[in-house]
Amino acid sequence: MSGEGRQERSPAGGAPPRSRERRRQARRKLLRTILLAGGVLGGALSGYLPGLYAQKRRLRPPGALDEKDFLASCIKCGQCVQVCPVQAIRLADLVDGFGVGTPWIDAREQACDFSCDAVQCILACPTGALTYHKPQFLRVRPGARLSAKPILLAKEKDPEPTLNLAERIGVARLTRPESCLAIRGKGFRGPARGAAFEGRLRYMEVDRWKPIRVADHPYDAELCDLCVRACPIKGAISIETVFAPDGARRKSPVVHEACVGCGTCEMICPTSPASIEVIPGEGWRA
Amino acid sequence: MNDDIGRSAILRRRFIEQVWLLLGREPKKPVEITARAQEVHELKRMTNKQDLQAMKAHVRAHARKSTRWRNRRWATLIAVNLLFVVSYHFDIQLLEGALTASRFAGFHLIDINSALQVMLAHKHIITNLLIGTGTVLVLWLMLGGRTFCSWVCPYHLVAEWAEKLHLWLAAKRLVTDQPIDRRMRTISWVAFAVLAAATGYTVFEAISPTGILSRALIYGAGLALLWVLALLVFEVFFVRRAWCRYACPIGLTYGAVGIFSPLRIKYSLESCFHEAECRKVCLVPHVLATVIKGRAVDTEVAIGPDCTRCGLCVDACPTGSLKFDIKGLSKLL
Repeated sequence: MSGEGRQERSPAGGAPPRSRERRRQARRKLLRTILLAGGVLGGALSGYLPGLYAQKRRLRPPGALDEKDFLASCIKCGQCVQVCPVQAIRLADLVDGFGVGTPWIDAREQACDFSCDAVQCILACPTGALTYHKPQFLRVRPGARLSAKPILLAKEKDPEPTLNLAERIGVARLTRPESCLAIRGKGFRGPARGAAFEGRLRYMEVDRWKPIRVADHPYDAELCDLCVRACPIKGAISIETVFAPDGARRKSPVVHEACVGCGTCEMICPTSPASIEVIPGEGWRA
Repeated sequence: MNDDIGRSAILRRRFIEQVWLLLGREPKKPVEITARAQEVHELKRMTNKQDLQAMKAHVRAHARKSTRWRNRRWATLIAVNLLFVVSYHFDIQLLEGALTASRFAGFHLIDINSALQVMLAHKHIITNLLIGTGTVLVLWLMLGGRTFCSWVCPYHLVAEWAEKLHLWLAAKRLVTDQPIDRRMRTISWVAFAVLAAATGYTVFEAISPTGILSRALIYGAGLALLWVLALLVFEVFFVRRAWCRYACPIGLTYGAVGIFSPLRIKYSLESCFHEAECRKVCLVPHVLATVIKGRAVDTEVAIGPDCTRCGLCVDACPTGSLKFDIKGLSKLL
């Protein structure tokens, strides 16, 4: 332990026996060192504690690697947070364990509607945790691969209308069909999430480059189709006629394969809680 | 000529010894000392006590208590961290990101230790990561390695304040510093490197107070600050500067960079009275073992890589025997 210290102070020729007091001190120092080292390592490994990922997955920004690879590669700098025009990205806290400081999106509060066109967060990421070019050897979640590059409705008339995304970050699901206004045959009038809602979306008819508050953009729908109207991706969701179990014809939002899992539908859904939700990390199942 | 050969061998030995010190070895009495230094040590021994006391008193009378370097350093540290905050909140886009990784006017800057964790955990290195790490490596090679700790790291500043509280309580005999074996830092560095590679998580980043504080400043406070608070409380009541001295792998990483850095503190033996004012204020007093009477291997000695170049010793030294120095520059001028 402090062998050097002993040599240092012992006179030349024959080391004298160490005094009991010094042996005691050395022992205590070793004990303290072990305790502190244990505390630091234990503290760090407590990052394993949140089985949170198993229970509730975080919706990661577009272009995120598979969760495990994402946690390995994210350097927790928040540059993605800084470039997002609608401030959809927030950083996880201590309760996320190893995920502390990693970016995620609370779609109900503020979804990514691709207002930036180029997926700025991917461009900002310095480590490739968010990426356009996923290396071959990294895992692709089943059902994550998109069959075609998603067409961004806002860019539809541009020479290059697609988003350069190969995988989806989740899939939208009508999790509460019983509360869905369309299924209940109801319309919707007014601000989608109430006047106090802070979330913003880009409305092409208002301003292509400046997202505005959803509260400042009231809707007037004969039959509620807000999820379809807000969806930024071409052909990802539509209102279809479906047959209820009792055989009655109903209108219902139907999610299609083009869905990238951005969660804009969840954000805009006027029912509370949302009838349609994005399932983070979920793959497409036909 | 012969003396020169002996001197370079002695200095080389000291250089290697300082690297071992960085890894946690305790400083030892030097085996060999240059003839010039031996002469000075000899002269000091021969000076009679009264003369020495008179000289000390004279120097003391003229010495002014200085906080010059500390003020400059605090100003720099606060300015750098504030630049991150201002850049984000006013959307200036000058310094985007946090201390773990950022972009200065578009150029990638990536903290070497965080980059190392990501590389080990992810096992895939993209170009931007490499460029950013390289830039930071060159930057701190020039600026002195652990200069990062004392001039940039936000935890260093709050720990410095906690240290003041610790010393105040210690003076009142309410707490005592319980030293830890310094080899612990090397062990924790290796442990975190192995953990990153083995688990595939950037384990250290989960508890890095540097990252947590930097993000809290820029993106807002979170529960993770509780961990930082716990560390500070531990340092106030039990172990003085525990995290920076004994645990933080970032310090070791940047210390390694500092081995080759031309910017360091230089000690001049001749003017020193060996009063150890410098060692009292130093975060890493083992690097100042050379100021102990009879220890300096040469008349001028460069302080080793574990030094954070904080300048507290420069401020504290009543005789001006410790100064900032850039290797080779004094020869050039």
